[in-house]
Amino acid sequence: MGLEQNEVSLEQIAILHNRFKQLSQNEETLRRDDLKTIQDLESNPIRYQIIEAFFDRRNFQKDGVGSVEEIGFEEFLTVMSYFRAPAHHITEEQREEIRRAKLRFLFNMHDTDNDGTITLEEYRHVVEELLSRSGALGRETAKGIADAAMLEVASISVGPMAPDEFYEGITFEHFLKILKGIEIETRMHIRFLNMDTAVFCKQHSV
Amino acid sequence: GQIISPVMELKMFLLVLGLLVGTGSPDMGSSQGKCSESLVQGPQTQENRTHTTHSKKPFPVLSFGYDYVRLPFEISLWVLLASLMKLGFHLMPRLSSIVPESCLLIVVGLLVGGLIKLVGEAPPVLESNIFFLYLLPPIILDAGYFLPIRQFTENLGTILMFAVVGTLWNAFFVGGLLYGVCQLEGHRLVTVDLLSCLLFGSIISAVDPVAVLAVFEEIHINELLHILVFGESLLNDAVTVVLYHLFEEFSSVGTITVTDVLLGIVCFLVVSLGGIVVGAIYGILAAFTSRFTSHTRVIEPLFVFLYSYMAYLSAEVFHLSGIMALIACGAVMRPYVEANISHKSHTTIKYFLKMWSSVSDTLIFIFLGVSTVAGPHEWNWIFVVATLIFCLVARVLGVVGLTFVINKFRIVKLTSKDQFIIAYGGLRGAIAFSLVYLLNTDHFPKRNMFLTAIITVIFFTVFVQGMTIRPLVDLLAVKKKQETKRSINEEIHTQFLDHLLTGIEDICGHYGHHHWKDKLNRFNKKYVKKCLIAGERSKEPQLIAFYHKMEMKQAIELVESGGGSKLPSAMPSTVSMQNIQPKKPPQDRALPQLSKAREEEIRKILRTNLQRTRQRLRSYNRHTLIADPYEDGWNEILIKRKKMKELEKKISQMNNYLTVPAPPPDSPTIARARLASDPQAWGLKSATESIPSIKVDLASPQSPESVNIVDEIGMKGSQPKVSEEGGGLTMKVPSPTKPRKDQTTDEDNDKEPQQRLMRCLSDPGPAAEEEDEDEPFLH
Repeated sequence: MGLEQNEVSLEQIAILHNRFKQLSQNEETLRRDDLKTIQDLESNPIRYQIIEAFFDRRNFQKDGVGSVEEIGFEEFLTVMSYFRAPAHHITEEQREEIRRAKLRFLFNMHDTDNDGTITLEEYRHVVEELLSRSGALGRETAKGIADAAMLEVASISVGPMAPDEFYEGITFEHFLKILKGIEIETRMHIRFLNMDTAVFCKQHSV
Repeated sequence: GQIISPVMELKMFLLVLGLLVGTGSPDMGSSQGKCSESLVQGPQTQENRTHTTHSKKPFPVLSFGYDYVRLPFEISLWVLLASLMKLGFHLMPRLSSIVPESCLLIVVGLLVGGLIKLVGEAPPVLESNIFFLYLLPPIILDAGYFLPIRQFTENLGTILMFAVVGTLWNAFFVGGLLYGVCQLEGHRLVTVDLLSCLLFGSIISAVDPVAVLAVFEEIHINELLHILVFGESLLNDAVTVVLYHLFEEFSSVGTITVTDVLLGIVCFLVVSLGGIVVGAIYGILAAFTSRFTSHTRVIEPLFVFLYSYMAYLSAEVFHLSGIMALIACGAVMRPYVEANISHKSHTTIKYFLKMWSSVSDTLIFIFLGVSTVAGPHEWNWIFVVATLIFCLVARVLGVVGLTFVINKFRIVKLTSKDQFIIAYGGLRGAIAFSLVYLLNTDHFPKRNMFLTAIITVIFFTVFVQGMTIRPLVDLLAVKKKQETKRSINEEIHTQFLDHLLTGIEDICGHYGHHHWKDKLNRFNKKYVKKCLIAGERSKEPQLIAFYHKMEMKQAIELVESGGGSKLPSAMPSTVSMQNIQPKKPPQDRALPQLSKAREEEIRKILRTNLQRTRQRLRSYNRHTLIADPYEDGWNEILIKRKKMKELEKKISQMNNYLTVPAPPPDSPTIARARLASDPQAWGLKSATESIPSIKVDLASPQSPESVNIVDEIGMKGSQPKVSEEGGGLTMKVPSPTKPRKDQTTDEDNDKEPQQRLMRCLSDPGPAAEEEDEDEPFLH
């Protein structure tokens, strides 16, 4: 079973490596512009956020902050690893960990100024981007939708508030709470990426 | 009460039974009919009657003409019986929690059949025509129209595997083994040839959607299992149709060649895909028609029903799978039709479909019971028991084997608990019965035996499996359906995830199913929606559609719960806009554009209820009160104030609030309120952006009167609560900071919290000097 996994994972990693080389035009590092050249991404309303996520040091699992200008294959793979499906036989704690990691990725995508909360402005930006393809109707209703969503988070997480209290923004814990209904660990995966980067890293260092 | 109703039910039941038995016997009816007819037509047929030509008969004051109404009368009576039975079961909660409805109905059918037989008449049998043409379509349409598309497509591979491969496996396993048993048995069964056995196997192996729906609806298991079993029961229709026709055709010939098998496979593809195409065509037609129905809203539901029924019938003409056509039609037309039709039509469609499918379902089970009594039966212990055992074994083996293969491709694997429920939920039902009933006795001399065997299997699955599945589900702690409402955050993130995953796939360079789904969505948005959806709704993205739907629902909840008789409740502050708005200078607020139709709808809903309350509130404006504080209004004010105190106490104990922040922006009340509270209009330096919100407390529903208050007083931004608090007693609008004059401390106490609370409603509490008290309240 373990051997099978290794073989499969090596193949997948090879494919991704090819893709990396293709995107970066055979250089060692990848830049934002390289990703922007992908044709299919043009029609994606949140392409900028997706591209940013690849260059966000918070996603590299090394406790860094801020963003970088270029990334190597290891970082590329690390970001990709967020989209693996959880293995079948894992414990509840492991499942919860994977869930937290994936939701952290999403949270980082929203929390652009890295203050630990998603403020109303940032959330509005998210919704506006989502509706950016819908013209004028989208922009105007986006505010209303973002406001509604924020109020919902506040009322679920904090409960009744006095008029002079102020809800700073969605913290990571609140974020976890409101997205409890979506099974993130299984929803957020690409079928293609059923591999184990830990294996790769070990092999790589060897 | 509880004691009386079952007795009454019993009396009604007996009465209806008696009527049925009476009508069931043809002689009684027709003979009296003849008499009555002759009675009615007396004058005309005078010459035919020998003894009445000369004597004058007295004018018949009361006569009996049953034959005239016989058929519709009997049908109505049966439907009435079915509905009364359904009613009765739900009045006995203990019974309905142990025994599923389908079992009870079959028992009733048995009783009715038994009674009819006792009277000496032949009980009516469930005719296959009636079943397939009238009773089955409503159930399938109901299922297809409300099919959860997202889960269905996500699990399509699994469902197809179970439906196609599973049914084939079942058919051949049962058929083959039965043939073996028949051969081994010897004298009575040896005449049953292989093809007959295979035909029987193919009929009995199909999981029945009616039975599955009836049982699964009551146990509320999680959506995955529900859609797997239910989807399988729907899609295996194509397999059943093909196998049935294949074996029936060749049973007369006696042999099957390889060519026939190949043709059979081709036939299967034609039947299933053809059915889907036919359904899709009618679905698109229905969607297109609904685009133009804005002026004839009343017949909108009719189009939905008619097009779907036509799809079913058209598919049946060509022996394609009618069930798949119906499902395809409902699923295809739904997103477009729902965007086009009015809210009332949507409700009508929903309720009619549920009603018809419920009646059909009930009738089917009752008739199953009656048909069992009617027979004809041929009991053969070995055959029947063998059938039962093989069916169960085949089902279990099939599910386990297929799951083993399927789990290699699934992300969310099916556990053994899931497998057990899927295997256990493979119920057989009336479709199998009707198919056997259709068999020609010449070709199938053992048809009656088949019938008996099928009825036994159906009874076993419905009674034993149906009754035990609920405790088993509880015992195994199978995940139940989550009753949570879909929140807007979840919707936003579902959309976000879709785009994210598509983007990642594009970056990987891998065209996975997100990529294709995205392409399909874009195609849908660009071309299809423009054709099929009327007006501006065609450009509405899904998120906005969801948001509007949510708003609408909450506006309706608000109105319906407000009722007009509740007081304008002082809503304690839950979270409102000022809680989340960062402090920043007031800015322009662009009013979103809503389509006129939507605006009109929302307006109408709010208006119908507000009109009732408007009258009462008018009498509480400051001017009338000031004019005569000692008229009747004063007493009412006191009473109101007392009630509000009580309400407030109640509210403070409740802790479940749903906030609806952004009200339908263009409703007249809120629009005026917003203008009123717009800081620029007031010249306030209020930091918070003033956006009024409607807070709906589900427990203590907010009355529309509070909304109304905003309306009444909104224009010049006076404190809204003044009206209902009898603030007219003072000239000055009370402010939270200033002490109130002319008020008792008592009033002050309950006004204070209310003031603060009401501030949230019409936002913000301005300093009193801002208000222009000379402005009239109402306009």
